[in-house]
Amino acid sequence: MYAQMIKSEATQDDPEKLAAFQARIDAGEKIEPKDWMPEGYRKTLIRQIGQHAHSEIVGQLPEGNWITRAPTLERKAILLAKVQDEAGHGLYLYCAAETLGISRDEMTEMLLDGRMKYSSIFNYPTLNWADIGAVGWLVDGAAIMNQVPLQRTSYGPYSRAMIRVCKEESFHQRQGYDVIRRMAEGTPEQKKMAQDALNRLWYPSLMMFGPSDKDSVHSAQSMKWKIKMNTNDELRQKFVDQTVPQAEYLGLTIPDPDLKWNEERGHYDFTDPDWNEFFDVIKGNGPCNADRLAARNKAWKDGQWVRDGMLAHARKKAARKHAAE
Amino acid sequence: MKNEWPLWEVFIRGQHGMSHRHVGSLHAPDAEMAIKNARDVYTRRNEGVSIWVVEAAAITASSPSDKGPLYEPSESKVYRHPTFFDIPDEVGAM
Ligand SMILES: [Fe+2]
Ligand SMILES: [Fe+2]
Repeated sequence: MYAQMIKSEATQDDPEKLAAFQARIDAGEKIEPKDWMPEGYRKTLIRQIGQHAHSEIVGQLPEGNWITRAPTLERKAILLAKVQDEAGHGLYLYCAAETLGISRDEMTEMLLDGRMKYSSIFNYPTLNWADIGAVGWLVDGAAIMNQVPLQRTSYGPYSRAMIRVCKEESFHQRQGYDVIRRMAEGTPEQKKMAQDALNRLWYPSLMMFGPSDKDSVHSAQSMKWKIKMNTNDELRQKFVDQTVPQAEYLGLTIPDPDLKWNEERGHYDFTDPDWNEFFDVIKGNGPCNADRLAARNKAWKDGQWVRDGMLAHARKKAARKHAAE
Repeated sequence: MKNEWPLWEVFIRGQHGMSHRHVGSLHAPDAEMAIKNARDVYTRRNEGVSIWVVEAAAITASSPSDKGPLYEPSESKVYRHPTFFDIPDEVGAM
């Protein structure tokens, strides 16, 4: 998902405290920043919320790429508002992670030097306007699948950040579906572009949920702690079941010849993405990994004098006020 | 000198004459910028009519381990709730 392959950290805490902590979680209580928590819980959450935050921030790049080239002023204003929301999501999440004892600058530096990850999906390019529709429809659609259950996560600040995020996501998915629908209902060339965008983004979207359950070794502890609410395969299945009829309505074809309704299971059967490609992208070899990290590093470096200047100004003002008192 | 902008806690009053509520935090060099950033981060959809910001470092919070001494004394004072008292139906609403 926006947080993929989060390794649960081992915990070496007093068994009695651990049991009491687990009992609170099982009773549906929220854990708050100053409460006692196992070190593993804290570290796993920092990694997961941090990766989620980084994904919101890096996720602005593929869409930001089309703000200046949106086909109408209205589409441009909508896309601008959407991308601005994603910046907000990043900030809600950084502030949730900071309550666990890491600073935003530390997390930023870990993103910039590759010690922390962001979602694999943002290492794919947005080649044309149809891709902007497909990103809103599929990528935000997949994100919603994961974020809705996370509103009930055990960590209070994370849960509250997810509630804010979810309130804003439905706009994102709808505007994307509206873009691609307009193209699917347009000229034959426009429809071809819409189909092409779906072809390229379908499997990368399925990868967002992370590896198949049989290969994801870190889920059990996180699910016990209610940091992870569903398995990867559960969410992927839900996403496929929801998206197929939406594609059918548009007259577009999901690029999977083996996609088929399974009456007995009550779900669609579908082909898994190429997991070798997924692991390769995670390792840094996707089409845009280098670009994305370079863009974030440049923004951080170019903004340094502004951050320093504003802080120097604030300190000077405070000193002057102090002297006058 | 550490050059990270300080952390501010943000409180927002919604539209409906309610009190300010904590909504989250953000970084800003000073209070004025914290208000401007809070406007962008927390009120993009008319969520508020008034913003308070306070430096996180200036907040003192109670400790979870003080829960007993702080809150248990009021548990035995049920008579503070109006439902503690039986009022005869005949006297009407009270
Ligand atoms: Fe988002
Ligand atoms: Fe979104």
